[in-house]
Amino acid sequence: MNLKLNKGLTLNIAGALPQDARLQKVNTSLCAIVPDDFPGFIPKLCVKEGDAVNAGTPILYNKADEALKITSPIAGTVKAIVRGERRKILRIEIEAGHTQAPKPAFEKNDTIGMLAQSGLLALLRQRPFDIVVDTHTTVRDIFITAYDPAPLAPSPVAFDAIFTADDYRAGVAALAKLTEGKVYLCHGADWKAGNIAGAEMVTVQGPFPAGNAGVQIANIAPVNKGETVWTLDLPTLGRIGRLTGKGELCWDTIVAVTGPEVAKPALRQTIIGSAIAPLIDGCLDSAEHHRRIISGNVLVGQAIGFDGFLRFPYRQISVIAEGDDKNEFMGWASFSPGKMSESRTFPGHFLNRLFRPDARLNGGRRAMIMSGEYDKMMPMDILPEYLLKAILSDNIEDMEKLGIYEVAPEDFAAAEYADTSKLPLQQIVRDGLNKLRKELM
Amino acid sequence: MASLRNFLDKVKPNFEPGGKLHAFRSVFDGFETFLYTPTTTSASTSSVHVHDSIDSKRTMIIVVCALIPCFLFGMYNTGYQHWLALGETSFPFWQLMLYGFLTILPRVLVAYIVGLGIEFAAAQIKGDEIQEGFLVTGILVPMICPAEVSLWMLAVAVAFAVIFAKEVFGGTGYNVLNVALVTRAFLFFAYPAQMSGDHVWVASGTPFGYGTALPDAFAGATPLGQLASQSGPDLTLVGINGAPIDTWQAFLGLIPGSFGETSTLCILIGAIILLVSGIASWRIMLSVFVGGAVMSFVAHTFSSELYPASYLGVADQLMLGGFAFAAVFMATDPVTAARTTTGKYIYGFLVGVIAILIRTYNTGYPEGAMLAVLLMNCFAPLIDYCVVQANIRRRQNRLNAKTARS
Repeated sequence: MNLKLNKGLTLNIAGALPQDARLQKVNTSLCAIVPDDFPGFIPKLCVKEGDAVNAGTPILYNKADEALKITSPIAGTVKAIVRGERRKILRIEIEAGHTQAPKPAFEKNDTIGMLAQSGLLALLRQRPFDIVVDTHTTVRDIFITAYDPAPLAPSPVAFDAIFTADDYRAGVAALAKLTEGKVYLCHGADWKAGNIAGAEMVTVQGPFPAGNAGVQIANIAPVNKGETVWTLDLPTLGRIGRLTGKGELCWDTIVAVTGPEVAKPALRQTIIGSAIAPLIDGCLDSAEHHRRIISGNVLVGQAIGFDGFLRFPYRQISVIAEGDDKNEFMGWASFSPGKMSESRTFPGHFLNRLFRPDARLNGGRRAMIMSGEYDKMMPMDILPEYLLKAILSDNIEDMEKLGIYEVAPEDFAAAEYADTSKLPLQQIVRDGLNKLRKELM
Repeated sequence: MASLRNFLDKVKPNFEPGGKLHAFRSVFDGFETFLYTPTTTSASTSSVHVHDSIDSKRTMIIVVCALIPCFLFGMYNTGYQHWLALGETSFPFWQLMLYGFLTILPRVLVAYIVGLGIEFAAAQIKGDEIQEGFLVTGILVPMICPAEVSLWMLAVAVAFAVIFAKEVFGGTGYNVLNVALVTRAFLFFAYPAQMSGDHVWVASGTPFGYGTALPDAFAGATPLGQLASQSGPDLTLVGINGAPIDTWQAFLGLIPGSFGETSTLCILIGAIILLVSGIASWRIMLSVFVGGAVMSFVAHTFSSELYPASYLGVADQLMLGGFAFAAVFMATDPVTAARTTTGKYIYGFLVGVIAILIRTYNTGYPEGAMLAVLLMNCFAPLIDYCVVQANIRRRQNRLNAKTARS
């Protein structure tokens, strides 16, 4: 099957990975698990500070669905449990080292039990709501995303360095047991692992957000009210296949360090949740101005500090200038070719060049004024403006009717970038999903 | 530039809560963000970290730029009509421009001072940033009125429109009706004697003592005004000196009318600016002209003595009066127009049809563009509602089909 999408956003940002980037291995001495990366997961601790853990030892379980675990990606000791306001768990830091803890063993015949216990299932998401999966639910289909047109994102094909077609096959076979429907594998034109038996192969083409599971689902088999679809990315499929096929737990990931502030972009193999500092070591030149380090890409990612950790989905680090220390005189009137914009009022729009955007909003927040801006960025049958207005006005019935079950916050990322009114669309959608879920519970 | 930045930083504390001048926070904020791009960055919890360079200020300024050709031509034409009425045969360019400029300057100032004053106050009360919507409204208002509209009427009308058509709804982005057209409609219905008829379209005064005054009773009817009082099928539109108006003059705009909307040529230049920059919706603009053309064609085909305007051809209908101006600058206001893609075609088409319909078949109103846009502003939410319902039905049908199968 072919899926060609036209709407969306292509950003030409400086700091791309060179074609011939060599994969470097980076050893991990410190890892962190951040419960906020797992929406819908109500974290309860299985360990305390100082406990010895092995790779695959449960660290957290979901209070709402106790079978679902988040496990340690490395062997070592629990160094710290960092809490925030009202004792909310912010992260659990694990230091690598020798350990007395036993290797986890799994019941081979119970696929879902094994995946939940190993922590791999927590890396899946379910639509509606874009939250961690519920192990008791009936799954209509499973979608695997293996195409990533996000700004500066490396092609998921890079994961061929860790996983083989056999891993993918075993993964698809395991997933097929969890659903009544099909397992779709949506990949790009550069897919090398061939036809994976048991999966419906879909070749996706198009700009961001064509790589998002939500967009692919909407164009292949949209989610209706009452249906549940699971989504995962290619490395997670590889990890599942490795466990069910060879019985090995693999927490390796490949991270591209990219962005306009990165002097030497690099492709590095590490462990999920790794500390950032060693990953970006040697990539950045020293500079006076403020920088923003993002785990993820510039449209969907988390801002983390130099002392931060790699965050879900553990595939990319982008570094851009913060921009809060810049004084730009009458920027709104600028005709500088260096201004990045989807608007034809900027000469840069017509130039074939690389831009160096910073984190500024480039304007003040306004009510929705321009119409049609969001539609151009949504390659799915959703009326974004009306859905957003339904969310903002707390109208549950309209949210349902306008298709909130089909979307995730990331599907609005391109619209949020292009928005003249600078509204926080992804946050609005996340709040709406939370509200609706609370209402339905 | 650094010294200006330092100065702003130095005086800023005075405008913050507790400062001496905190009552002018919104004003200071407005100037500061105008001079320097705000350094606000994406929230650290936000997931999008880069934003497009376009903002509301740039969008609005582009519209103002698109209006400049019409505005300059309006200055020239005001002088030209005045010179023509005096019976002059030579038309010195700079003197005409100066006369037009001096005539319109107080109107522009009054519109901006009253409108922006209310906007600044509203922003201060709400604790918001100043919104840029009135930048466009403020220049539009004098352009769609007779050049010599009385200043106090203008002030009252602008105040009424900004408060009751915009601020009570929540400000820019929330208004149902186009603010500039509400101003115009207020003037039209509240002061009919001073706003319509044959005596208001040619500037007769001596602004700031410049030029020669015309006799008070000077009559110069607009082409559409002449139509309204016409009877019989032999139609000749004349300029204020009695010479017939040819299509070329109507296209250039050397005819009496509201200050900025006579020149179809300049409106086209504005349209090109808006369309190339992508600020205005081509769907709306195109469908207004299509709707107007269709209705003119129908009216012309069934022309009758009862309705003299029906003798006008399609091209004349689209060029005369405020039709083209409304199509390019009024109907395309994104806030008050239909917002869905399909809705834009329907909305635009109906604006065009109704404008010509009113103009032709309601001889009480020589021009229908203003009323057509205001009427469709009211119906735009309904059009959008229907388009949204179609989307909802598609989703519902998908679900029904699924449950029926299983």
